[in-house]
Amino acid sequence: MTTEATEGKVYDVAGQDWDKLTEAVAESSEERLVINMGPQHPSTHGVLRLVLTLDGETVTEARTVIGYLHTGIEKNLEYRTWTQGVTFVTRMDYLSPIFNETTYCLGVERLLGIEDRIPDRAQAIRVLTMELTRISSHLMAICTYGMELGATTPFLYGLREREMVLDIMEYITGLRMNMAYIRPGGVSVDLPAGAVDKIGELLKVMPERIKDMRKILDANPVYTRRTKDIAYLDLTGCMALGITGPVLKAAGLPWDLRKSQPYCGYETYDFEIATETSCDVYGRYQVRVSEMEESLKLIEQALDRLTGPLKNQPVMIEDKKIGWPAQLALGPDGLGNSPDHIAHIMSSSMEALIHHFKLVTEGFRVPAGQAYVPVESPRGELGAHVVSDGGTRPFRVHFRDPSFTNLQAVPAMCEGGYIADVISAVASLDPVMGGVDR
Amino acid sequence: MSENLPEVPEQPIARTGMFGASGTGDTSGYGGLVVRRPVPVSSPRPFGGYFDEIVDGLDHEGVERVVVDRGELTLHVAREHLVEVMKKLRDDPALRFELSLGVSGVHYPHETGSELRAVYHLCSITHNRRVRVECSTPDDDRHIPSTVSVYPTHNWHERETFDFFGIIFDGHPALTRIEMPDDWDGHPQRKDYPLGGIPVEYRGAEIPAPDQRRSYA
Repeated sequence: MTTEATEGKVYDVAGQDWDKLTEAVAESSEERLVINMGPQHPSTHGVLRLVLTLDGETVTEARTVIGYLHTGIEKNLEYRTWTQGVTFVTRMDYLSPIFNETTYCLGVERLLGIEDRIPDRAQAIRVLTMELTRISSHLMAICTYGMELGATTPFLYGLREREMVLDIMEYITGLRMNMAYIRPGGVSVDLPAGAVDKIGELLKVMPERIKDMRKILDANPVYTRRTKDIAYLDLTGCMALGITGPVLKAAGLPWDLRKSQPYCGYETYDFEIATETSCDVYGRYQVRVSEMEESLKLIEQALDRLTGPLKNQPVMIEDKKIGWPAQLALGPDGLGNSPDHIAHIMSSSMEALIHHFKLVTEGFRVPAGQAYVPVESPRGELGAHVVSDGGTRPFRVHFRDPSFTNLQAVPAMCEGGYIADVISAVASLDPVMGGVDR
Repeated sequence: MSENLPEVPEQPIARTGMFGASGTGDTSGYGGLVVRRPVPVSSPRPFGGYFDEIVDGLDHEGVERVVVDRGELTLHVAREHLVEVMKKLRDDPALRFELSLGVSGVHYPHETGSELRAVYHLCSITHNRRVRVECSTPDDDRHIPSTVSVYPTHNWHERETFDFFGIIFDGHPALTRIEMPDDWDGHPQRKDYPLGGIPVEYRGAEIPAPDQRRSYA
């Protein structure tokens, strides 16, 4: 179907009518074609809209339109307690929920002035869950890469591996995604019995699986032709556009907050920062795979500590005014309160009951001020600018989400290239629209 | 029909208010007892750590006050000097804040004359340092110069802050809404903007304001 508009002829494509379109375009004398990709295009990773101006197959202008998934999470946060905020922030970047929770909690903890009093076991569990999440997030990135470039096997492999990680997360937290597991002061519940064995299994299987993934993709001529020297973005471009994460590491800069500005005790772990110097899609893929291998090392070290020196230690701050008194226990049906605690508040201490009630319903007060404690998420620097006015609810929380910033690089990466490479470029940025639009 | 049934009221019973608590949710009666530590208006020297080096190295008349709080350095910069200060922070070899992490807006409705703030988080990779730059503007003259010329990454971030707070970044290449629809009224992150209750075009339905919704009392 075609209609006339002031800018020129408008073609509507609804599927199965491509022949008509190509015929109509061939007949037309127009050289410039503006094509709308998304917001429901499968290779845009959610609801991203790209408006591409084409000259033949070359992209002369790429414009990015976002906002289709804006849900007002930051506004909602201002109407709930500080602890309830975790449940909101975990839903922003839904492929790396633990990172959202951690940066938010680190910000709240800095405002509360309790950074030094977080138990080591809680910090080790945070590292453990963050690195597990990094693996699942990178697997999603790599397997969708493959699928969008025409290879379905990596997608099936990747999702199978990711399922292992999600099973573990479900076993630990009760939920596969959006766990609200990290809380201000520590984590909500200790590792359940058997979690260590399950993670041990993953550590045994995963290196082999990552090797398989490398075998499929590393030297695959179809894959390398679609990724090498594609979507070039060098260090200068990254700095100007504020790009962080694998894209920056693939431009050769070993900048990783886990090393340069450590948090949660990362300075005590032994790991390397993966870098590449090719500045292209293939380099970003290599960085992601190497990061998964490094994450396995980190998980192993965290697990050693949790089963060794940090065994039987608390996972929540020992401050009755901040840490929830519930001491959650994992019952046969999943999460639940510990029977001891219920007995205590229901039959022996009215003060404890009042305290529990007030802390859970009203929440704790956070001294006025602002804090920003970023973490290295799978996509780059993720930080929460947390502002308090001294009340029981956040005054303002702003998330600096790496996907949002990284998407600004789309024109720099795509303009002048072929339209088919737009898919590679966007996939290599690995944007998650939940984080972009919040 | 039984005689004992109450009559049907002519007018439907009007209920107001929302289920749940307002204010802090405090039910103890001690809610008025608030101990709030005021944010330091300006910190005395020495600031500690590398903060003195940054402030001395910058040495610009545009810096109105320096706040060191919880190990983070905040420079409050007058808006007419913002672009210059940012440029110096980026280019001076002793400062070298190459990387900007974007703009965040905050609305303090009670601080007359400086209600709206644009907050910039900068990071120096060369020196591994961080600094926060805060620029305020009165609500009745919501203008802050754009810093896209210094940090191109601010393009979307300034659009977002404009979208949510209504701060107009003068000199921005294309200051349009980014998250909300183009024809949206108001700026949702402002404190005078309610949560929910915005009539949304949706066939056959309207979402009532929070205080108009059904209550369960």
